[in-house]
Amino acid sequence: MSSTDTTADAARLIGFGLRPRLLPVRDEEYRQLVQRFRSDDQFAAVTNAIATGLDLVILEVTERTGIVIASTEESIFAIRMTDYARRTGGEGKAHERVLHALAHLGAATLAFPRPADLADPTHLGRITTEGVEAFVREAATRLADQAATDGGDTDPSSEQPGLEAAWRAYVRRARTGSTGDGRKLSTSTTGIVGKALTFLADQGLLVRTGDERGGTFRTTPRYRTQVREAGVVMFEELVALGIAEITDGSGTLTVEWTAADVAQL
Amino acid sequence: MDAANVENVAAQHVLLDTGFAQRVKALACTAPLHDLDARKAAVQSADLTRYQMAELALHAIDLVTLAMDFATGASSETVVADLSRYAAEQASDRPESEHERAARWVLENLLNVGSADRGFRAVYGVRTPDGQYERRDFDFKLLEEVPGADGEIYLRATNEAVNVLVGALEVDIESAQVSADVRLETLIRRGRLSDAQAAAQAARYRTIQYAEILRQRLEATSRDVRTVDWLTAMPTFIAEALDHIEARYKAENAILVNITEARDTADTPDRKRQAAALVDIVRDCLRRHEQLQGALQEAGRRFRTEQDRQTFAAPAARADLDLHAQLLQPTLQLPVRDADKALSVFFTRGVGLAVPHALRLVDMFTLLTTPPPEREVLGAAVEEPELSDEPEPDAFPPECYDHLERLLDLDPQAPRRLSGLLEEARTLHPQLPLLTVVRVLALAAQEIGPAVRHGAASVLIAVDDGTHLNDPDFAGADLIVARAAITPSPASTDTESALPDAIQERGAA
Repeated sequence: MSSTDTTADAARLIGFGLRPRLLPVRDEEYRQLVQRFRSDDQFAAVTNAIATGLDLVILEVTERTGIVIASTEESIFAIRMTDYARRTGGEGKAHERVLHALAHLGAATLAFPRPADLADPTHLGRITTEGVEAFVREAATRLADQAATDGGDTDPSSEQPGLEAAWRAYVRRARTGSTGDGRKLSTSTTGIVGKALTFLADQGLLVRTGDERGGTFRTTPRYRTQVREAGVVMFEELVALGIAEITDGSGTLTVEWTAADVAQL
Repeated sequence: MDAANVENVAAQHVLLDTGFAQRVKALACTAPLHDLDARKAAVQSADLTRYQMAELALHAIDLVTLAMDFATGASSETVVADLSRYAAEQASDRPESEHERAARWVLENLLNVGSADRGFRAVYGVRTPDGQYERRDFDFKLLEEVPGADGEIYLRATNEAVNVLVGALEVDIESAQVSADVRLETLIRRGRLSDAQAAAQAARYRTIQYAEILRQRLEATSRDVRTVDWLTAMPTFIAEALDHIEARYKAENAILVNITEARDTADTPDRKRQAAALVDIVRDCLRRHEQLQGALQEAGRRFRTEQDRQTFAAPAARADLDLHAQLLQPTLQLPVRDADKALSVFFTRGVGLAVPHALRLVDMFTLLTTPPPEREVLGAAVEEPELSDEPEPDAFPPECYDHLERLLDLDPQAPRRLSGLLEEARTLHPQLPLLTVVRVLALAAQEIGPAVRHGAASVLIAVDDGTHLNDPDFAGADLIVARAAITPSPASTDTESALPDAIQERGAA
């Protein structure tokens, strides 16, 4: 096979990756290209080169997920917050952007609550709009309680809104609300989470399974890969800010029990 | 002044400022209420100047607070309806719709519907330890909308709102509740029932406030048991809460005995009425405490099932990034400015790709040739729909009715069988047989009484004598159709034994 043909096939594989809802099991040509990527090193190298040229990163190529591609911030394929949600552009709208992004991080956290879930390719997370909203709010409220106990519950400075802690912005926002015409308030946190989950479903990362509790969704294998990549990059960003938690991998959402605790109740 | 002295003065300032800030905040919580009266004249859609808005707002908070239960809040429609009644008292000469509009306006403003957070913000200043004056934001809500279990939206009053009701500064709720009870007991012992009523109200508000805090914490556990510290924090919290409730329960029971006695031995009707009202309020407190205790015991059961679940969960084989501890928690603690940076990285990587759509000439052409829609400032003119008042057309052609009239114009002396009528009808018009059957069936259910009352000379009746109808289109009984003359003497009623289901259409046969 000529090198031109190889390049065409590699580009075609990337093209399949731009259609996230298409899976190799549904398309014979796609399946063959995925197999070739996994067995033919030269083909894999060419595919990676094309992706790099487009400012894309190939995260995973399996028959289960197809080719999973993430974009870097510079890529023309990157989804920017200002395209995602209106009124989030500019310096003054950082609060708005943080709320929208927290909804996405909260959804990922609830979908993969333990580190092991994120490492397990067969893990299927189930999340609901109300569940994600309550989860993030709970995490934020606990920080508020903690701040009150520590005596550090000083209200944020008016002159520097950017120094306000993120949890304050979340706690302050209304949970839900009616708009008078029967729809739910889109600027409430429930509205923001609902938008995030619906968007992820449109992107082929979640699958909507029902309407209970504001919309029920399950994760796809592709979502796990994306979240892992996003998490790692974000972790690096946090390290750069000087904030890093090192855990032993056992997870912080688990609890140990003793007989004395039970007897207390 | 030596250095130690300066430090001392500074420390005192900080203490003073903390108390000062609390008072400023308490004042700020009432500002939205005063603001209503200042803004009511500016409402364009109605003349609301007659209403005392601050009073209505207090009533609204009161209504929501009292309606708040452990399970649900207050439905906004009920609150509007109740609030309209208060509004009606203030301006009895105004129409009902205006009372409702005033009530709705007050409720919307207490929610602060216009703001993005649906809350209020007050700016106040404090002196920092280094002597600088610094402005701070105090965000608070009075009423908030929360989702109920049934998917509806309910109203709940916040801590700040209840503090406005009680007229107090921010205090520790548990001790506030104890002191409210003590005050109530003292006043009752001294026989000052009118003062005791206010104290009892305060005690009730404190009970609701405490229940609200308890509810929020228990709700948090039911959402995700794993985020709750069941090891130390939750058992301690539950034990404390149960102790508190037990103490309140005893105290309120004692108060109840005292007031019941005061009520039974009251000498004037006025005192009796006051005491009776007190009994009701204290009973409500007791009822709410019972409910709380039940909820706490439920939490204990949840603890045990959760423990089972955790014990039997398989240990993790491999590990990866801990999203909760390593990303979500630290990010929530970051200042918004830094969180924005970190989160935008997660967002861009986590949501996949945006694929730009290729432009097709076909779509482009339509887009280019469509004239831009012109927008009027006030929107398009509303078209008045023209409603014609034509009567519904008859189910049968008009000539059928003429034929039927003649067909049924029977001689009272000569009744006819339905089969005969149908046969004749078929010769006159194709649709006439069906009309005849419909009419005769109606006759079978005919009542003689109305005809007599209307003074009719005769009435058509249909009687079933057991003969079967032999007809290609219809099946049933071959009714005898007769015109019975009505004589002035009371009509005999045995002709009424007609069977309404005597005939049924045979369908397509």
